[in-house]
This record gives sequence, structure tokens and C-alpha cells, in this order.
Amino acid sequence: MILLELFLIFLKIGVFTFGGGYSMIAMIQYEAEQHGWLSQSELVDFVALSESTPGPLAVNMATFVGMKTGGVLGAVLATLGVVLPSFVIILIIAKCYERFKTSKAVGGTMLGMKPAVVGMIGTALFSVGRTVFFPGGLQADRFTQASFWVFLGIFAVSAVLVFKKVNPIKIILLSAAVGIGAGYSLNL
Amino acid sequence: MIPLIQREVCDNKKWMKEQDILEIVAIAESTPGPIAINAATFVGFRTSGFLGAALATLGVVLPSFLIISLISLVLTEFQSVRAVQYAFMGIRAAVLALILKALWMMFKASKKNAFSYFIMAAVLVLTAFVKIDAVYVIIGCGLFGLLWSLLMRKEHSDDTA
Repeated sequence: MILLELFLIFLKIGVFTFGGGYSMIAMIQYEAEQHGWLSQSELVDFVALSESTPGPLAVNMATFVGMKTGGVLGAVLATLGVVLPSFVIILIIAKCYERFKTSKAVGGTMLGMKPAVVGMIGTALFSVGRTVFFPGGLQADRFTQASFWVFLGIFAVSAVLVFKKVNPIKIILLSAAVGIGAGYSLNL
Repeated sequence: MIPLIQREVCDNKKWMKEQDILEIVAIAESTPGPIAINAATFVGFRTSGFLGAALATLGVVLPSFLIISLISLVLTEFQSVRAVQYAFMGIRAAVLALILKALWMMFKASKKNAFSYFIMAAVLVLTAFVKIDAVYVIIGCGLFGLLWSLLMRKEHSDDTA
């Protein structure tokens, strides 16, 4: 049952993932919360691992979540689910590209959907931010804890490096090293 | 990945022309799904029909699938190690920076007008705070965009009439 559910949900996500895998994070998070598949922090870990391995982010994320929730068969079905909609849609478009390109209906729909992607990534930023900085919910004494400031520091430095176009894998490795160093020395 | 496809498909195998690749990129970006998958399906279909599309797509998915499966197995094994947990604590903060970058890139690429800003804000509020299933929100945005473009065109044709 969980296998069928995995397939159908990733099929749904596959249909609505525009503009790269990052707009998918908020959708997976919503489904994971609804079904109790994985914790928020596990999902963020999957984003990091998907980003540092070859292949499209969306496919990697689907495989990870599928594997975690339903083993190898789950991984196969989740990946198939996320790929199938693109596959079918592209086949249709490949046959009637000229009509697709000049269609006013397609153009109008995209006019609304493109900015929606920005909003979706905004939601991902908001919820991942909450997971990183306030894992135990919003508490006033969070600001007196060392871990909060360590994470804020890692985030700030990573943000500068990301915008300087440093390779994401290097940034992830660096933050892992800082995490280990700070973790042991501050006994987080 | 697009330059790689271009070199293989146009220069090495001569399956397609350079111009076709630009067309594919445009389509891949405006249809749902990962760009790499869309491009593979399209190239496969143009080159040798349905079977070509199926095989090209399978080919592009398979390596990621195998690598991720392997990592998943290793990860479960080492999840309880303290150093691994600390490493991921650090990594999560870095992921936030990657998302911020993705947000900025998408924002830069989108139209800067009141209609656009309204949709961005509405989607953020509806999915992050009201917690409505994003699928309904995106369908709503598509319909809203369609309606908006029809209204705009009507207004425009009224002006010129």
C-alpha cells in the first residue's frame, strides 16, 4: 500500500515540478509531514546528498525518499513516478511543438506558474530555515544556545560562498567539517 | 549537462543540429520535470522515436538511481555515528544557503511586475503558513495566469478597436 502511495505521490510531484528540483522541496516536505515518512531534518540531509551526487536533484530526492520509506522497490517506484510525467509530456510536445510554442493558453498558464515557482522555493527556504535554526520549535532561550550561533555562522559563510559561485560540493564538505569541529568542541 | 548533450548529439553523433538543442532547452525549461530528463526524452524521440525516448530517459536516470541507492545503504549504516550527526548538522545550515541561491536565481529570471509579485507572495503564504497542498496552489496560479492573459488581451483589443 505504501508503495502505491509513494508512486502516486511522486507522480503528482512530477507533474507540478517546474524550474528545477528546488521547487519540489516544499512539496515533498508537505507529503512527508502528511504521511509521517521522514523527519524534517532527514529531508534536508537528502537535499544536501542529492546536491552533491551526480544527476538531477528531483530524481535523486525521489530515490532517497523512496528508499527510506519503501526500500529498493520504493526507490524504483518513487523515481518512476517523478520521471513519468515529464516523459509523457515531452513525447506529446515533441509531436506538436509548433502548436505548443505559439499556444496562447500555454503562454497564459505559464505566466501564472512561473512566479509560483519562486513562492514555492520561498516556502522551502522558510521551512528548512525553521528546521535548521529552531528544531525544537520557537523558544526564546534558543538565542542563548551555542548551536544556534554556530548554524547561523555556517549559513552566513555558505551564503557568501554560494553567491561567489564556489562549487556546492565544496561548501557542503566545508560545512560538514565545521559541524564536526563545533560539535565535538562545544559538545552540542 | 546541456553542453555535454550538445557535444555528443550534434558534434559526435550528428543526430541533430545545434539549433534543435536550443529548442530543446527552451521546451525543457517550460515543462514540468527535471531539465536533464526532458532533454534526454526529447533527443531520444527525435532521433529514434518512442523506443529511443524510453532508452535515453532510462540511461540518464539509471546512474543517479544506482549511486543514490548505494549512498542510502551506507547512510543507514553510519547514521548513529556521532561525527556523522555533527557533520549533517553543519551541512543543513549550508543547504539553507543553497536554497537561498536557488530562490534568488529564480527571482531574477522572473518578470518584475505587480502580477508576478502578487503570485509569489500568495504562493508563499498559502503553502508555508496556511499549508494548502502546493498542487492546488499551482493549478490555481496557472488558471489565474490564463484568466489574466485573456483579460489583458481583451482590454488591449478594446483599446485598439
